[in-house]
Amino acid sequence: MGDKPTEAAAPAHVSLRGVTRFYPAENGKLHALGPVDLELRKGEFFAVVGPSGCGKSTLLEMISALAPPTDGTVEFEGRPIGNFVPEGVGVVFQENACFPWLTVVDNITFGLRRLPVASGEVERRLRYALQLMGLEDFAKSYPAQLSGGMRQRVCIARTLVTQPRLILLDEPFGALDQQTRLLMGDELLRIWRATGATVLLITHALDEAAMLADRVAVMSSRPGRILEIIETGWPATRDSRIVSDPVFGAVTGRLWTLLREQSLQALKPHPTP
Amino acid sequence: MMRHAMRIRLYRALAVLIPVLLLELMCRLGVVGPLVMPPPSRMLTGLAALLASGAISAALLKTFSNVLVAFVLAALAGIVLGALIHRLSGVRRLLEPLLSTYYAIPIYAFYPLFIVVFGLGDAPQVLIGFMLGVVAVIVSTLNGLDSVPPVMIKTARVCGMGPMRTAWSITLPYATPYLFTGVKLAVAYSFIGVIGAEFIMSQSGLGYEIRFAYDDLDNQVLYPLILLILLAAVLVNMTLDYWDRRLRARRGIQA
Amino acid sequence: MTHRGGPGSALLLIAILLIVWQGLFLGAGSDALAAPLATLGYLAEQLRTGEMWPHIAATGAAFLIALVISIAGGLAVGLAVGLSRIATEVTEPLLLAANSVPKIALYPVVLLIFGIGMPAKIAFGALHGIIPVAIFTMSACRGIPAVLLKSAAVMRLDGWDRIRSVLLPAALPDIVTGIRIGFSLTLIGTVLGEMFGSQSGLGFLLMTAIGLQNTRVIMAVTVLLIAFAATVSSLLLAFEKHLRRRTT
Repeated sequence: MGDKPTEAAAPAHVSLRGVTRFYPAENGKLHALGPVDLELRKGEFFAVVGPSGCGKSTLLEMISALAPPTDGTVEFEGRPIGNFVPEGVGVVFQENACFPWLTVVDNITFGLRRLPVASGEVERRLRYALQLMGLEDFAKSYPAQLSGGMRQRVCIARTLVTQPRLILLDEPFGALDQQTRLLMGDELLRIWRATGATVLLITHALDEAAMLADRVAVMSSRPGRILEIIETGWPATRDSRIVSDPVFGAVTGRLWTLLREQSLQALKPHPTP
Repeated sequence: MMRHAMRIRLYRALAVLIPVLLLELMCRLGVVGPLVMPPPSRMLTGLAALLASGAISAALLKTFSNVLVAFVLAALAGIVLGALIHRLSGVRRLLEPLLSTYYAIPIYAFYPLFIVVFGLGDAPQVLIGFMLGVVAVIVSTLNGLDSVPPVMIKTARVCGMGPMRTAWSITLPYATPYLFTGVKLAVAYSFIGVIGAEFIMSQSGLGYEIRFAYDDLDNQVLYPLILLILLAAVLVNMTLDYWDRRLRARRGIQA
Repeated sequence: MTHRGGPGSALLLIAILLIVWQGLFLGAGSDALAAPLATLGYLAEQLRTGEMWPHIAATGAAFLIALVISIAGGLAVGLAVGLSRIATEVTEPLLLAANSVPKIALYPVVLLIFGIGMPAKIAFGALHGIIPVAIFTMSACRGIPAVLLKSAAVMRLDGWDRIRSVLLPAALPDIVTGIRIGFSLTLIGTVLGEMFGSQSGLGFLLMTAIGLQNTRVIMAVTVLLIAFAATVSSLLLAFEKHLRRRTT
């Protein structure tokens, strides 16, 4: 179990204060999210779970500056996020984001080539990513020739090689089958350990959140607010085999207790916007 | 959302009105001479006068009846042929290059052939309109029939539905938006084909009247007629578009 | 799509069309048609002796210029509008309506503005081609998956880089469709533009032959136009399918 004596002293890597999102709708505004207050510690693995439509993806878009909050502030490394994605942030989306006209190698180095990195270093990082994600045999293939899981690996590799300090993942394994998800989770943990980045994972899979994260936030149904943050206390060396640890059952149970009621709420018909 | 739709309509109206007003200004100031083009306002009043006087009623009737026949023939034949070709995949493979390069063919070149075979009546114009429209309907029908997800056909079989009921309850709803696209294209192409044929070589109809007015250097009649064609094409297109959107909205398909 | 036959089936199709043509000739007589062999022989001879070449050159020159205008203009309009969602919503119905207008009705206006001759031919040809290229380019921009644009934003691409490295490659297959259709329509428009008030070009040949009821010339020119248009169209279609194969 964790004892983290330094947490109060270190400044938050990402901080959200009073973040709210409204959407314009026919009869006024739709309250989609917030207000949300949240702080991510540097180097932690943080997961967010919540019922459908609670605004998890919106939260991620606001942290990555892809969409502005209607109210409240988002800060990354102490500086407020403006209209442009800050340097040092990587995002993996749920949908396949590989550029179909580029090979795997060209996809992976797409963002990296635009950074001030020497070509020798580019090569090195590329080879490392290919090896880490098991893509060495597919370097010259096009995304259309790959399975869904491999395409996601390409997207993760593309994010990896830029060595972001903050990695945001929006239901990255949503389209994959359960076994592949578990294996990809292990890979994600390996990457996290190797890079020391702060990871924010949005997922609807409770078991995934419970086994991967240091802390899990549970969101309410729309408008999404953070109900509770659960500390898992896993050691950094964990992998998917912790499913047999009784703590895993306790955490998952707690998550479902909170989430079950919210999910039932989400199923009820909302007044249509 | 309401305000957004109104804003779009406003921008659209401005996008049309502003160039027209500019044109009006240029014509009145003499930048565009009267021998080239009369001001749009005069085109409009000229058109009203023409319609009121009944001078072009015969031509109007001729053209629109030709377009109607061409369009109906193209739509019916296109759907039937499309359904047939869809069934016979060997035939479809054979015809595929023809279907994809069809609109590269200058159909008007067949016009003299039609005149010799069918004489100087309405048949050549209708036939040109038909030929232009029918392939668009065939291709749209093929796309529509392709769009039925196989899982739906399987569902129909599981429910014990016969081929007729399957066609009516499952295939048709899926294919209908595509069929309607084909119909829209058939109307547009029939219109284009008939008027073009009338312009080139016929003795009656709006296309002929335009040619005659041009040959006669009669800008006062020429431009109102052109305006009439423009307005008719746009009006028909807008109406079909509206129905298309309503059809799609009912099925929850975004335009 | 598994509906493609190979080149063998294309040849079979051409053979069938030739047989149908011969049949029509036998049925309709030489006042209506020329026979396939006679037509092709005549065409070959015309090309060899060089009688048709000045006309081909005249049409070709006008067509090429009109094509450049169609593609450049259509791309410019399509991109300018397609990159903004509001502009697309406003303009798309207008372009579609413009596309449904019988352009031949505007032919007298073109003649009155440009006078008789090359500029009118080029203008009329470009008029036919520019609208479909614009429409397809616009719809290509709209069809780009949002996640690709989001990825470009995350990787902090600046404006021009974003257009060049993400937008254009993503939109390319649909843009090529637009160019393919614009190509054929520009050719038809240019030839149509030559049918009146012109002294040279394939359209002029066609009109004169129609007046003289010279079916051999009519069919020969038609076959030439069809062969050229169909060949280029097929090449562009093959290129388009090659591009799409990578996006399945």
